[in-house]
Amino acid sequence: MQPGKSVTGFTKISMIELTFPFNENQIRALKVGDEVSINGVVFTGRDAVHKYLHEGGQLPTGVSLRDGIIYHCGPVMLKQADNTWKCTAAGPTTSIREEPYQWQIIRDFGLRGVIGKGGMGERTQVACREYGCVYLHAVGGAAQVLAERVRQVRNVHFLEKFGAPEAIWELEIVQFPAVVTIDAHGKSLHEEILARSRAALAERV
Amino acid sequence: MSNLQVSLVELIRRTSAEIPEDVHKAILHSLEQEKKGSLASNAMAIIDQNIALARRKSQPLCQDTGSILFYVHTPVGYDQIQFADTAREAVKEATKKGFLRQNSVDSLTGRNDGTNVGIGAPAFHFHQHRGSELEARLVLKGGGCENVGAQYSLPNEDLHANRDLDGCRKVILDAVLQAQGKGCGPGILGVCIGGDRATGYELSKTQFLRRLEDRNPVPELDALEQDILMTSNELGIGPMGFGGKTTLLGVKIMAANRVPASFFVSISYMCWAYRRQGVRLNATGEISDWLY
Repeated sequence: MQPGKSVTGFTKISMIELTFPFNENQIRALKVGDEVSINGVVFTGRDAVHKYLHEGGQLPTGVSLRDGIIYHCGPVMLKQADNTWKCTAAGPTTSIREEPYQWQIIRDFGLRGVIGKGGMGERTQVACREYGCVYLHAVGGAAQVLAERVRQVRNVHFLEKFGAPEAIWELEIVQFPAVVTIDAHGKSLHEEILARSRAALAERV
Repeated sequence: MSNLQVSLVELIRRTSAEIPEDVHKAILHSLEQEKKGSLASNAMAIIDQNIALARRKSQPLCQDTGSILFYVHTPVGYDQIQFADTAREAVKEATKKGFLRQNSVDSLTGRNDGTNVGIGAPAFHFHQHRGSELEARLVLKGGGCENVGAQYSLPNEDLHANRDLDGCRKVILDAVLQAQGKGCGPGILGVCIGGDRATGYELSKTQFLRRLEDRNPVPELDALEQDILMTSNELGIGPMGFGGKTTLLGVKIMAANRVPASFFVSISYMCWAYRRQGVRLNATGEISDWLY
């Protein structure tokens, strides 16, 4: 783990560089509140993919999540004249919808990271601690900043089956900014903020 | 392509790619408020950079280009059927151009035909007025923020919320607490007190057509708006739920009549990527003015 190089945009000195394949020790060393800059191959997967895997579906050939990251994202993709894809918008989608399934996918497919937004619940938190995974919160709605960090769309799977937003897109990302909000030590920023804000509200109603 | 269709494609493009000025101002204010170097401040900085990038590249601010909601004010006797047909074609065209994501799914089959046109999509709200001009407003509302909307039926015993303004305050603040950062905060609330289950939500969304800096002409509602805004920003939820000073950028509340047996408070949450624009169209369908 090295401090990030200071380059354009929002990769800051204090950011921790994470490069695929991710190893367990590196992931377990991360703490809630750490800002990371992610490099390498990630796969998108959202509602349809999670439900499919939960129900025993198999990953398509060429897709491995082992020591990898799943990105909760339904990008806007435009097909180019040469049949390649261009990613024109790629922010995170709300992760909590995958709460019923995520723990199992972390356990069975060897995920080290989940990128999304809005946080996840207790089952995911437990799975992160148990199997060595973290939840990485990207800035919701920042579709253009994040699309710029997609260097290449390498492949797409289940495009026909699930439609473009729900397909598995294989993305090569560079210096993709995110914040660790659930770590492998059983801590969750979402839990902390919820408790604190609930107490603050109780004093005001 | 007719003038009207060209104008509507441009309305969609601009709504999807350009944050309205009033919202941008509030975002910049929030960026100043947050402590430098905090997670909140860094998130707001990325948001501000995203706003500039989307505008420059003419690309969607957010990849979830949302439910497509048209609010159209027409002169008496204007052909609404033709407008709706043209708007549907404009939506298809804007989708091909990437201003809209392929974002409309058949709820029974799960099929997405990639056009963004289907039953109830896009949605049209037509109103006739006595004027001679055609005004078309568009809101693109993403699913993340739509999912944190809430409707309360008063009284609500758990929240000690009775059928009065204090009860409304309690349930609105509860909705803010429940939403945390999940709806891409800092957000904006559109609220309707009263109505029925359907009209309550529908009217709550019309509040998003108001400018962020306007003030409610009804003194009680104005006070409630200011109170909810201030109190929410004291909860420390912050941008994206990372903690911080800006939980909401604005609160807009209206009241509608209800039947004696019902007292609904319907709350719609709009994400920071507040996509709302409008045009005034001349008789030949060309854009004469932008409304925001």
